[in-house]
Amino acid sequence: MRLLADFIRTLAETVSDVLPIVAILAAFQLFVLRRALPNPTRLLQGLAFVMAGLVLFLMGLEEAVFPVGKAMASQLTAPEVLRAADGPGSGTIDPLAYFWVYAFAFAIGFSTTIAEPALIAVSLKAEELSAGAINAWGLRIAVAIGVAIGISLGAFRIVVGAPLHHFIGVGYALVVAQTLFAPRLIVPLAYDSGGVTTSTVTVPLVAALGLGLAESIPGRSPLIDGFGLIAFASLFPMITVMTYAQASQWRASRSRARASDPEDRLASEEDRP
Amino acid sequence: MRWIGSLFGFLSGSVRDLTPIVLVIALFQLAVLRQPFPDLGGVLIGLVFVLFGLAFFVRGLELGLFPLGESMAHAFARKGSLGWLLSFSFALGFGTTVAEPALIAISEEASEVAAGAGAIVDTAAAREGYAFGLRITVALAVGVALVIGVVRILTGWPIHLMIAGGYLLVVIMTSFAPEEIIGIAYDSGGVTTSTITVPLVAALGVGLASSIEGRNPVLDGFGLIAFASLTPIAFVLLYGMLI
Repeated sequence: MRLLADFIRTLAETVSDVLPIVAILAAFQLFVLRRALPNPTRLLQGLAFVMAGLVLFLMGLEEAVFPVGKAMASQLTAPEVLRAADGPGSGTIDPLAYFWVYAFAFAIGFSTTIAEPALIAVSLKAEELSAGAINAWGLRIAVAIGVAIGISLGAFRIVVGAPLHHFIGVGYALVVAQTLFAPRLIVPLAYDSGGVTTSTVTVPLVAALGLGLAESIPGRSPLIDGFGLIAFASLFPMITVMTYAQASQWRASRSRARASDPEDRLASEEDRP
Repeated sequence: MRWIGSLFGFLSGSVRDLTPIVLVIALFQLAVLRQPFPDLGGVLIGLVFVLFGLAFFVRGLELGLFPLGESMAHAFARKGSLGWLLSFSFALGFGTTVAEPALIAISEEASEVAAGAGAIVDTAAAREGYAFGLRITVALAVGVALVIGVVRILTGWPIHLMIAGGYLLVVIMTSFAPEEIIGIAYDSGGVTTSTITVPLVAALGVGLASSIEGRNPVLDGFGLIAFASLTPIAFVLLYGMLI
């Protein structure tokens, strides 16, 4: 009975979320383009799959992942746990004592990003268009590592209370510098990956972690310091995706150099004493 | 027997996608917090839902959302009317963002921050007005972002200069903006792009880039989402400065 009520509620929420999109698409299709789309039944079937999939996915998350994840975030950031991490009697905060908080931030950032449907969509598209030059799974892992680093660093920032814009400023400088050296093909995709990563799965869990931390640590305001984790999670994937592309380009050019110059290699081997 | 095999094929990708999150939660629950799951049955049922949901979603992307976005992009390119293409882009950006649940939640929290900091009067009406203004600001920002991004695809302007310039602007604006808006502004860039908008916008960009001669779908087709994550930061910082 509760499942049914959940189902109806989630369905209603998803429909109201999707309705404006459908209205805009339909209006332009009917009044501006006025040309029939190819394969309308297949399109409608696909859209029904997307809706059904999203409803099931959100319901399942509410049922299985969010309660446990949020409870864990609040348990790990409970004042008693954090105080114990400081060691008995110490009134100050040792930022390095929060090892499990950072480990949890890293792990939850990585694993939720791998499950993020929007990222799956973009990486599938990228692999298809680049004819396999960009590997969907490699891209997703690079993005997930970026989110993981971003969220654990963001948790660290909340603990030490450093200003957000210092970190973000350095991060953007790094992104700009990397852009100059990264393979051109990856740059737009890397920029996109920042915005793609943070949606359905990641945001609720990460918000719970940020608010929990900011509430538990003395001198932090949940309203001011609790924000900013999402910003970190959008920034670092750009850096890791470009790093991944640079690394795979370097590896490819090295193996190409080896494969194309067998004589060169033989010569250098003969030169060896 | 055959349907079991095809069901397995249908779900196997989702199993792989969800394994990390299950492992992380189980590991932390059992090894670090050392507690059994409060409602194991409910959790398992929920996981089955998540599994089927993700599998249906990915299948639906390939059948519906991608072809829809791409064929509309082709149709706009054939029609050749820049005005309609840009108004479609703006409407798509504005319309998908203004009703986004994550944005509604974050703007309500932001109005409390603003009231706490004394930027607005601490009454329900003032908070509501602030939250609504913020939502409109972010939605306008995303609409403008898609217009800029589409113009870039059409003209082939270099994306890295535009994005780098945008971030430079954001960094400069940050030093003039009131303290309490900064975190919200930076976060609003990330929350605007929802699970349905992203594939649709990606397909729109890719479809446009592939129907215009001399554009590479990978190089020019991607990047719309990047603009949609950047402009809200600048717009919200400006909103904070004006109010």
